[in-house]
Amino acid sequence: MNYYLSEELNDIKEICAGIAEKHIIPVRALLDEENRFSREIVNAMSDAGLHGIYISEEYGGSSEMFGGGSMALCIATEELSKACGGIALSFAANALGAMPIMIFGSEEQKKKYLPDLVSGAKLAAFALTEPDAGSDAGGVRTKAIKDGDYYILNGTKQWITNGGEAQIYTVIALTDPSRGARGLSAFIVEDGTPGFSYGKKEDKMGIRASATRELIFEDCRIPAENLIAKEGYGFIVAMKTLNRSRPGVAAQAIGIAQGALDEAARYASERKQFGKRIDSFQGIQFMLADMDTQIEAARALTYSVARMIDAGEKKYDKESAMAKVFASDVAMKVTTDAVQILGGYGYMKEYPVEKMMRDAKITQIYEGTNQIQRSVIASALIKETAARRK
Amino acid sequence: MRIVVAVKQVPDTAEVRIDEERGTLIREGIPSILNPFDSYALEEALKWRDELGGTVIVVSMGPPQAEAVLREAVSMGADEAVLLSDRAFAGADTWATSHTLATAVEKMGNIDIVLTGKQAIDGDTAQTGPSIAASLDWPQITFVGNVRELSEKHIIAERYVEDGSEVIKSSLPVVVTILKDANIPRLPSLKGKMRARKIEIPVWGKDDLELPEGEVGLDGSPTRVVNIATPEIFTDGQIHHGEPEELAKLMADSLLGTEDS
Ligand SMILES: Cc1cc2nc3c(=O)[nH]c(=O)nc-3n(C[C@H](O)[C@H](O)[C@H](O)COP(=O)(O)OP(=O)(O)OC[C@H]3O[C@@H](n4cnc5c(N)ncnc54)[C@H](O)[C@@H]3O)c2cc1C
Ligand SMILES: Cc1cc2nc3c(=O)[nH]c(=O)nc-3n(C[C@H](O)[C@H](O)[C@H](O)COP(=O)(O)OP(=O)(O)OC[C@H]3O[C@@H](n4cnc5c(N)ncnc54)[C@H](O)[C@@H]3O)c2cc1C
Repeated sequence: MNYYLSEELNDIKEICAGIAEKHIIPVRALLDEENRFSREIVNAMSDAGLHGIYISEEYGGSSEMFGGGSMALCIATEELSKACGGIALSFAANALGAMPIMIFGSEEQKKKYLPDLVSGAKLAAFALTEPDAGSDAGGVRTKAIKDGDYYILNGTKQWITNGGEAQIYTVIALTDPSRGARGLSAFIVEDGTPGFSYGKKEDKMGIRASATRELIFEDCRIPAENLIAKEGYGFIVAMKTLNRSRPGVAAQAIGIAQGALDEAARYASERKQFGKRIDSFQGIQFMLADMDTQIEAARALTYSVARMIDAGEKKYDKESAMAKVFASDVAMKVTTDAVQILGGYGYMKEYPVEKMMRDAKITQIYEGTNQIQRSVIASALIKETAARRK
Repeated sequence: MRIVVAVKQVPDTAEVRIDEERGTLIREGIPSILNPFDSYALEEALKWRDELGGTVIVVSMGPPQAEAVLREAVSMGADEAVLLSDRAFAGADTWATSHTLATAVEKMGNIDIVLTGKQAIDGDTAQTGPSIAASLDWPQITFVGNVRELSEKHIIAERYVEDGSEVIKSSLPVVVTILKDANIPRLPSLKGKMRARKIEIPVWGKDDLELPEGEVGLDGSPTRVVNIATPEIFTDGQIHHGEPEELAKLMADSLLGTEDS
């Protein structure tokens, strides 16, 4: 389908396709097997200028050129995800880590941190989740206690993408335990700060080329100027950040699904059984047709939401949740069907679709599970309905 | 350092079809790409420019569409581009092509080094580089797989030849033809692509180069392709069945030409 992308957005697509072909496809199976993050590939993205596409020209980026940055981020994430959802996540999680600074950071914070993210000299990560705070972000227990010009952090963050690889962490911590979610605040913590260390490296089902790690804070003193926005704004920072980044997860899901469909369609055109190409069987044809249609619908929804954000719309939590839910469910279905079309070969590691199926699963879980997203959509709908009744 | 890279637009296929009657390549309907070898020449130029400073100028002789490969080269990092295009250039053989390219290099002025690919995947002669050197009366180093040193004064380069390599030192200016072994070409960057879209590419014709009619195109070409044909492949194999001794004798006789003895 023709989305009438600008020439600049097409440039992003071409560049990502080039990186995928040259740097990702040859090593994706190995990185998956070895559960290994590749800084070299992230560097290739920096060399191409990809880390600046969602950051303003004021800080060295180029988001204005793409009419915002949401579409740019989606196009890049989708194209990279076609080749490897894990490597694409390292890219997208960098944006997730940068967003609190981009959206809520002070001028000084933006000037200090964003240029290094654009150049790729530094990577970012976003740290909200804890062992007892998953869907319920209000359950965060990591404390940040003010001490003169410093905050002292204590606690553990879990399953942090780019953990151990990033240099800049945006961390949600409790500054006022008596106020629950309203007692949360957002901070910037730099790698190497005394009292900040890395814990367990996760051994995951999929997206294994992305690093997922524990962050441990033990009397970690950070300058008070590293507070993002104000004390008590942590929950809002986290929610707005996730609303903004969810179309990126949708794009990741679409990319993974498209990659799987491409493999399945090609395989079906080559594989012969009963003396015929298997894509001559209607049973296979209908599966392929549904996969293609679902992907296109997910893409159309996701691009619409991204364009809405780029156009300056302020409220898009429902739409962003819809894109994420729909695209991730499509990705799970399409990758499962792709394995089916490849039959036993699809189940083997020699073919990339089993990895795509494993990679797809996470998109239904992180950045708010699909159950939570459906709650967001439903509560928005209920509010809209109530407003109409008045 | 001012480096020129000569780049050629070629059809995107290893199997170029031939118009047997006209003795030319059939280019219609085949997408065009930057000659793959030229991307190594370009990377070598960019690498040394990044290290030593200076300017990389890409030049191509061809029809107006050849501008596309120049823009691609700019997207990878070339600083300037020049297209040599003129109806009068049509039908040039390797001599006329190189002479035209060499004249453009002279017009650019103060060039330290001209890089070309090893060969073009369509024409395949590998003559253009050496012939540019001849036309400019500069030294040349061909089939270079490794440029060891480059400075304002000299170059030290390793030629990969059939049974080893030769290390050659030459003064500048010099013409060097580059092999795939030399480097891994970089990918275009976003900035490069933006610049490539906007950059003005001057088009130089016969008059800009002050070349007389008889030195360009078909008229300036001392050679003519008289005939191009795909060699016939003989696959007249024979299959014999029998005992090993019998078959061995048959084969020996056939090899020794003693069948009838
Ligand atoms: C690979 C990976 C990378 C991650 N990267 C990051 C990161 O970079 N930064 C970060 O902060 N976090 C990250 N996370 C954490 C991720 O966002 C959480 O896993 C996610 O929010 C869900 O939390 P949970 O796993 O604790 O599930 P739980 O909240 O325990 O949910 C368990 C189940 O209960 C359901 N459920 C929970 N509450 C409700 C409800 N109210 N109604 C209906 N159903 C409900 C859920 O949908 C789910 O099915 C990552 C996770 C993984 C696996
Ligand atoms: C209509 C027509 C008629 C022709 N008639 C003849 C003929 O009669 N006799 C004959 O010998 N040849 C003829 N040619 C072929 C033409 O001369 C060659 O294609 C050309 O000289 C380049 O040689 P090559 O392709 O072998 O490149 P090579 O010499 O193999 O290329 C080596 C390197 O030189 C550079 N280079 C080559 N061509 C160009 C270019 N155009 N612009 C910039 N850099 C370049 C590149 O860096 C390339 O990697 C004809 C071509 C056409 C289109």
